[in-house]
Amino acid sequence: MESMPLLVLILSSIVKILIIVHMLLIGVMIMIWAERRVSGWMQDRLGPNRVGPQGLLQPVADGLKFMFKEDLIPNHVDKPLYVLAPAMLLVPALVTVAVVPFGSAITLFGYEIPLHIADINIGILYILAITSLGVYGVVLGAWASNNKYSLLGGLRSSAQMISYELTLGLGIIGILMLTGNTLSLRTIAVEQGAYPWQWNFLIHFPAFLAFTTAMFAETNRLPFDLAEAEQELVAGYHTEYSSMKFAMFFMAEYMNMIVGSAVTVTLFLGGWHFFGLENVGGPVWSGLISFGIFFVKTAIFLFVFIWVRWTLPRFRYDQLMNFGWKFLLPVALTSIVVTGTLWIMTGSRLVVGIGNVVAAFIVVSIVAGLLVMNKAPEPAMRNDDSQITPSALDATE
Amino acid sequence: MNPEQILFILFGAVSLIGAIAVISFRHPIYSALSLIVTFFAQAGLFVLLGAHFVAAAQVIVYAGAIMVLFLFVIMLLNLGTLSVKGAMGSKLKGFAIILGILFAAEGIYIAVKAMNDTAVAAAEPATEAVTITTYQIGELLFSKYLLPFEVTSLILLAALIGVIVLVKRESQEEN
Repeated sequence: MESMPLLVLILSSIVKILIIVHMLLIGVMIMIWAERRVSGWMQDRLGPNRVGPQGLLQPVADGLKFMFKEDLIPNHVDKPLYVLAPAMLLVPALVTVAVVPFGSAITLFGYEIPLHIADINIGILYILAITSLGVYGVVLGAWASNNKYSLLGGLRSSAQMISYELTLGLGIIGILMLTGNTLSLRTIAVEQGAYPWQWNFLIHFPAFLAFTTAMFAETNRLPFDLAEAEQELVAGYHTEYSSMKFAMFFMAEYMNMIVGSAVTVTLFLGGWHFFGLENVGGPVWSGLISFGIFFVKTAIFLFVFIWVRWTLPRFRYDQLMNFGWKFLLPVALTSIVVTGTLWIMTGSRLVVGIGNVVAAFIVVSIVAGLLVMNKAPEPAMRNDDSQITPSALDATE
Repeated sequence: MNPEQILFILFGAVSLIGAIAVISFRHPIYSALSLIVTFFAQAGLFVLLGAHFVAAAQVIVYAGAIMVLFLFVIMLLNLGTLSVKGAMGSKLKGFAIILGILFAAEGIYIAVKAMNDTAVAAAEPATEAVTITTYQIGELLFSKYLLPFEVTSLILLAALIGVIVLVKRESQEEN
């Protein structure tokens, strides 16, 4: 990076932060609209289409409604934490985006401005660190509500987030081994070439699947949304919340989705690269085009989020834990071992890619075989009505 | 005063306030949260020292993992407001005074020592802008500090197996 005056650095950073934060907030609105319209489309109905063209202004109406609703704080809650919890979920969701590179670089007024807010050496660790803090918002909101459904939802969700965080972290290691000596997201994006077959998702296909699945779990999206299983827990950890505080929980969920998609695109789907299109045009246009490519990729991935939500039913809690610990975690671990070994032995990305898929297939078969062979008898607690102790529940899992 | 000094004072103040809040709050959940604030401020101090990796590890391990488990335990045990009363309280008080004097002595010693050493620190220009990358840490861990690193991982492995064995035995006894 060319040295630029401090003033330009600060000004450009402020402008970038403003643009990105607003894009996130507007993205949340568009996602809410898209979720409702796409679900309507998938269920062969219309969805909201009255407010504005194609119902595009529906989120604005929703937002206004949230703002004008009475901000109710129940009497039985722990007030400071009850107020703090939505913010503790929203802030991590907002600040993770700081290290995501959303384009190559743009030259304005003679200065080359890289399109990211901060390119730090520990980029990935920063993301893992901040996402691991999101769990506080859920846990504290659940506990402060002083409501058993909230607490159950919060406990479920935090156990799930802690379990799937491991897969999330381990799934990235394979990429780090094949990328230069840094954890910076920009380097990872740059080192993936311009063509789809050079991108990380083919080289680390099992890790990509594990990472994406863990991402769904981390954002509490539908196959994994046990924290707010309506049939069992009313609304989970945000049962007691209303008006803007509820909206903050909601916004945080969608923001997590957007940031998660952006991170996945950067790590696995080649960032802003697309068949060399990102180099077309002058220094200004190529920057804008790379930004556009990144935007479209993220949008497609977000569509997958919605698609999965309206396609798959919810897991049962023991299925969720089994899936996370017995399938995803071994797959992510194997991908580390296989990637490292084959890379040292052959140094060929093709071999690593094929080896990863074969190894993941073998591991999943072994685990499935073991599970079938050691299939525990149906848990007794379903038949007798003796009291269920927590340790009995553990034993059945 | 340069920006780094301002940030140092900010992080230091937050870390101190958090630490005082840990022992001042009567409710264990608030204490645990104050401890998280302290960890965070310390991560900020690590960043100022150029130790980015340590800062991230601090947040991931302490703020992200250990404190969540702390919080879990406190919530599930449903501990109410704590109070120090009775004979146990007076014993604790004596213990607290001794510990407090020890720590105060340590703090004063460090402060005096640091004040005497300012001349040395000012003479060294290399104290700032040294950023240690994760790459360097990895190389050191696998060359110079290989043995301690491997020993640490063995200890962690032993702890991991220990947890599994303990949990397993309990559930078998109940069956």
